[in-house]
Amino acid sequence: MSAPTTAPETAGGPTASPATKATRPPKQSLFSRLPVVHQLRQSVGLQRGMLVIGLIITAVFVICAVFAQFIAPYGFSQLRDDNGPFGAQLAPGGSHIWGTTVGGYDVFSRVIWGAQTALEVMVVAIILSIFLGVFLGLVSGYFGGWLDRILVVLADAIYAFPSLLLAIVMSIVISGGQSNLYGGILAAAISITVVYIPQYFRVIRSETVRIKGEAFVESAKVIGASNTRIMFRHVLRNSTRTLPLIFTLNASEAVLTLAGLGFLGFGIEPTAAAEWGFDLNKSLSDVTSGIWWTAVFPGLAIVLSVLGVTLVGESLNDLADPRLRGRRAVSAASGDVAQTSVVPGGTLTAGPAGLAGLEDTEGEADRDR
Amino acid sequence: MTATAQALVPPVPPASPASPVAKSKASGGGLGRYIVIRFLLIIPTIFILVTLVFFLMRATGDPITAALGGRLSGAQLQERIHAAGYDRPILVQYFEYLGQIVTGNFGTSISDNRPITEILATYGVATLELAFYALIVAFIVGIPLGMLAAYFRDKGQDAALRVFAILCYATPVFFAGILLKLIFAVWLNVLPVAGRATTSSEFEMQDLPNRTGIYLIDAFQTGDPAVIGDVLTHAVLPAIALGLLTAGVFLRLVRTNVIGTLSTDYVDAARSRGVSEYRLVRRHAYKPALIPIITVIGLQIALLLGGAVLTESTFEWKGLGFQLAQYLAARDFVAVQGIVALLAVIVAVTNFIVDIIAALIDPRVRY
Repeated sequence: MSAPTTAPETAGGPTASPATKATRPPKQSLFSRLPVVHQLRQSVGLQRGMLVIGLIITAVFVICAVFAQFIAPYGFSQLRDDNGPFGAQLAPGGSHIWGTTVGGYDVFSRVIWGAQTALEVMVVAIILSIFLGVFLGLVSGYFGGWLDRILVVLADAIYAFPSLLLAIVMSIVISGGQSNLYGGILAAAISITVVYIPQYFRVIRSETVRIKGEAFVESAKVIGASNTRIMFRHVLRNSTRTLPLIFTLNASEAVLTLAGLGFLGFGIEPTAAAEWGFDLNKSLSDVTSGIWWTAVFPGLAIVLSVLGVTLVGESLNDLADPRLRGRRAVSAASGDVAQTSVVPGGTLTAGPAGLAGLEDTEGEADRDR
Repeated sequence: MTATAQALVPPVPPASPASPVAKSKASGGGLGRYIVIRFLLIIPTIFILVTLVFFLMRATGDPITAALGGRLSGAQLQERIHAAGYDRPILVQYFEYLGQIVTGNFGTSISDNRPITEILATYGVATLELAFYALIVAFIVGIPLGMLAAYFRDKGQDAALRVFAILCYATPVFFAGILLKLIFAVWLNVLPVAGRATTSSEFEMQDLPNRTGIYLIDAFQTGDPAVIGDVLTHAVLPAIALGLLTAGVFLRLVRTNVIGTLSTDYVDAARSRGVSEYRLVRRHAYKPALIPIITVIGLQIALLLGGAVLTESTFEWKGLGFQLAQYLAARDFVAVQGIVALLAVIVAVTNFIVDIIAALIDPRVRY
């Protein structure tokens, strides 16, 4: 609780995304104030264990994705090497440690390359939805009025709808359902973005509405700061506390949605990139004849990557909520604390976080003068 | 899937049915008033979704070219497009479509020329049946385990259960389905691989005078235990695959809420009176924790229906999701539009019902 604050560091929304990738142990003192690293220090016992395991799995996933071409023995669409064609449905062993698929691809290579596709889609989708969702939420919450009402109803409608169906509709619109590498990645990412904009929108909007009434916003107004300045410097900076949480959760959902799209045949063509969902779809008929390796490995890859990111997100969420934080870190009678989260700064980051945020913006308001 | 994030991020006051329209009228009215307002709120939701889907689908071009583009000559295509009225201004088509929907006419599918309404009626029940089984699995697995996790908070059991919950969420339903198939249908060979029933059972149910399409009910109507058993064994794997997805969400929700209520004063009071720990969790902490869960079930319906599309494709369960995948592959966008619109209506209506139930249980929910 006496830990350093995170609110000012997480400000700036989109830039928060690389922070989660800072999975290596802290080496500089600045690191200890970054989200994730800060929470890592805050955590105890099992909670820390879950966070660490999540970070390790995520790190492995990212490493596989980034260095796919060095790790994978073959290309994702490679069907033959110097010794001739691989052959279809070979059992694991020999030169194909996880076997080959019905189409004659090397399973291990496609799983590794699939991580790259998943990461690319994840990053594009999250950047797009953070930008759009945060911007819309900020504008909607700050200005209010008819625009706000329309956007809220729209967001609620989209939010309540099965996300996979929406993603399917979007992928039809964008690419007609099938496409090459970049078209496919973009189509999948945009489909996922449309689904997740409402989440960012809702969170940022409700924070904005709350912060809008704070004294420091009024002072900024009195001083004569422009709406744009108030929105982006004063309100936005104080409303991004929840973003790292939603961000990790959406990252995992993006992987699942991409796999779902791929499974239904709306993913990326096998010759353009490796995609786990598509491979699982192709493995459906193998399973009935007892060929397990074409399904189990890509499936496990999905499960592990989602598990890793979710463990990180879940731990962050728990650490942010005093009711759920490890009991050694917080006194037992914390049930009421969360109820009072209307206080600026709220319960998301440890104690004085919000206050520090306030001080920051007040300092800026001074400089406006 | 969105609902999971919802369950995890408490600061968003989410399922609150209050939209600005209703808020502006807020004056602490009674239950009747609440129901009316809440009911009126369904209409814009459905309207928005139907509009969105219509314009998005039409943005790719007319459905006839999409479905038959490669197979017909240009002149034949034009003729069919003209006959179906797809060459008229988009707004005219849109209002005509709205009018048709209101009267319950969703048009005719292009690939196999069936009325969409018939498709919806035939396959919709199958999807609802699957969703119902899955919900049962989710309740049976999720709620007791959630209470256990709350009781053993921060101990080993809790950690194991929470990892299980995350695994439920992290495993795509189709992968869960494939694994279950592999283990129980292929290796152990104790359950059927796919489908809703064997052909002979389906044949037996075909001739029933008042066939419901809900196989379990139909099976009981035949009175043949073999058919009932057959239908049930076919449902086991799909129900588990889809149910576990939701079970994970329930587990986490119950855990969080029971932890919340376990630290309240009245639980302390009960404990000091010497109430047993079991009774404390089971009676005192559990019931108030259920209210938020009821609200979240509404959001789970969206998740379930989305998951049903994947589950049905995995198990060849001939429901709306299975058909949707077929029509998607055939590029039959009239049928896709119809199915998506119906699912939107189902989601909106279940959310309404769930909100009403929540209001009946908890007076604080009302406006």
